[in-house]
Amino acid sequence: MSAPASLLMRRQRRLAYWLVAPAVLLILVIYVVPMILVFAASLTDYTLVSDYWEFVGLDNYRRMFGDPQFANALHNTLIYALVFLPGAFFTPLFLAIAIQSRRRFRSFFEVIYFMPVTSTLTAMALVWSALMDSRQGIINNSLQALGLPAINFLGSPDTVLYALAGISLWSVIGFNMVLFLAGLTAIPQNLYYAAAVDGADHPVDRFFRVTWPMLAPTSVFVAVTSSITAFKLFDVVAMLTQGKPAHASEVFLYLTFLEGFEYFNMGYSAALSVFFLGIIFLFALVQTLLADRAGRY
Amino acid sequence: MSLIQTASAPMAPLMTRAAQALKGLTPGKVLTFLVLLGGAWVVIFPYVWMISSSLKPTDEVYDADFTIWPKTFAGVQNYLDVLIEQPYPTFLLNSLIVCAGVLAVQLVTAIPAAYALAKLKFRGATILLGTVIACITIPINVTSIPLYLGLVRAGLLDTYFSMMFPFLVSVFAIFLFRQFFKSYPESIIEAARVDGFSEIEIVLRLIVPAAVPAVAAFSVFSFVAHWNDLYWPLIVVQSQDKMTASLSMMQYRSEFDINYGRTFAAATVVTIPMLIVFFFARRAFVRGITMSGVKG
Repeated sequence: MSAPASLLMRRQRRLAYWLVAPAVLLILVIYVVPMILVFAASLTDYTLVSDYWEFVGLDNYRRMFGDPQFANALHNTLIYALVFLPGAFFTPLFLAIAIQSRRRFRSFFEVIYFMPVTSTLTAMALVWSALMDSRQGIINNSLQALGLPAINFLGSPDTVLYALAGISLWSVIGFNMVLFLAGLTAIPQNLYYAAAVDGADHPVDRFFRVTWPMLAPTSVFVAVTSSITAFKLFDVVAMLTQGKPAHASEVFLYLTFLEGFEYFNMGYSAALSVFFLGIIFLFALVQTLLADRAGRY
Repeated sequence: MSLIQTASAPMAPLMTRAAQALKGLTPGKVLTFLVLLGGAWVVIFPYVWMISSSLKPTDEVYDADFTIWPKTFAGVQNYLDVLIEQPYPTFLLNSLIVCAGVLAVQLVTAIPAAYALAKLKFRGATILLGTVIACITIPINVTSIPLYLGLVRAGLLDTYFSMMFPFLVSVFAIFLFRQFFKSYPESIIEAARVDGFSEIEIVLRLIVPAAVPAVAAFSVFSFVAHWNDLYWPLIVVQSQDKMTASLSMMQYRSEFDINYGRTFAAATVVTIPMLIVFFFARRAFVRGITMSGVKG
């Protein structure tokens, strides 16, 4: 290599360090150091209210697996996810397919279904709680007008998770629909012609022969991100139920928040955060594995 | 004669097009259309109800006999109350300051770092890229305790700085821009170097203009996400003067305001800015989502 070239490379390298320096510094302070501290804090009994603290080893983790509130929160999150996920996957898939084939109303429906995605959820949750009000809400008024019994959507332990899942679905369907629409647009049209030549004319045949396999990478992505969204449920709970009634809507992230920022059990809350991160990584791993398989089509 | 011809000529294709449209209508298509229309009404109804209620006096909001247009119009009073008597302009301004501040720092830190990762060779580049990708999966909820304790120690709670701090670097933006810059032709950069462009000039005059779509998409994405965020403001904001628009809605958990018309006027005022962003920047936002997803 000639001398001027290596000089250029050295200059380039020095410049690169300057260019990445601010980002590196911020990544250290915002991600790396706090991550180390979360692990460290999860091994202590630190609380914000007392200056005295000591290392307790894995006590917080032991406590976690014996804590009925932890079990309850996991159970609630799971039920919520089981209600939320099928709706968050199949509704947008149906919408995307139905909308994509339409020339005239396509952007009209796209705009409307997508609107809740950017809307401020805390304000819209307030509106939903008014619509779902047990006595005067418009949904219950309509049910009663049809001769059906009123439902105490957010106030009953039996229905609260369904009601929260309904509100979350309303806010997320447009997001997943856009992902499916992008996936559908990427499918080459000639595959459909080829399938038609093979005798797959019926929309159902076309769906199973072409759309579904070609959409696999998108489907994996939607399924995994929606699972993470389900596990991160927080805003609507904080806004509308605060875990009530009788801890029936106390989901995992809300419990972590309560332990840390309401009761100031920082050590225990840190252990819950580490568990939370473990779950997120698990989802990321599943995504990578499935994406590899899906990519083979 | 010619008049009739010119008048009827455009009618013919119109008629055949209408006939074709009718012929293509199967019961299945009509049904799908009706389902789409019904779904659209469910999606849009909360907005209709919110705006309608914001124009009503308290006793009419929960009236069993719902009308979209109020029987007694209280809209002017409700909105004047929210914008003059209640501190909503402050809440909106706080949200604006936080979102703009966050976005500005994110862009200033991410663009140069992404360029270096995409186009320059330096030791540690691989480790840095790996760290960036790993950090994308870490949500704020995991690191919130140490970040909060640090801000408590520094005496910075309830400041704009504490509200912006965890978001000042966007690892997502670094990764997104790096992917975008990577596809920028090396030959043009080489030619610019030969022409005596400095590396900074290359970034500012060649790379950034070419990256406008990615930058715009990310900007809308970031702005909307931080405007709507509840979790972090809930942790660090303590006084009403630093309250963000999204956080201000938490006040209605208790009987903060028994004037329901005014309550939903406040909800409308908080929602409108992002609805405006949505109508003007929907395409950029959608591009942001699709760029983040499927290919990644």
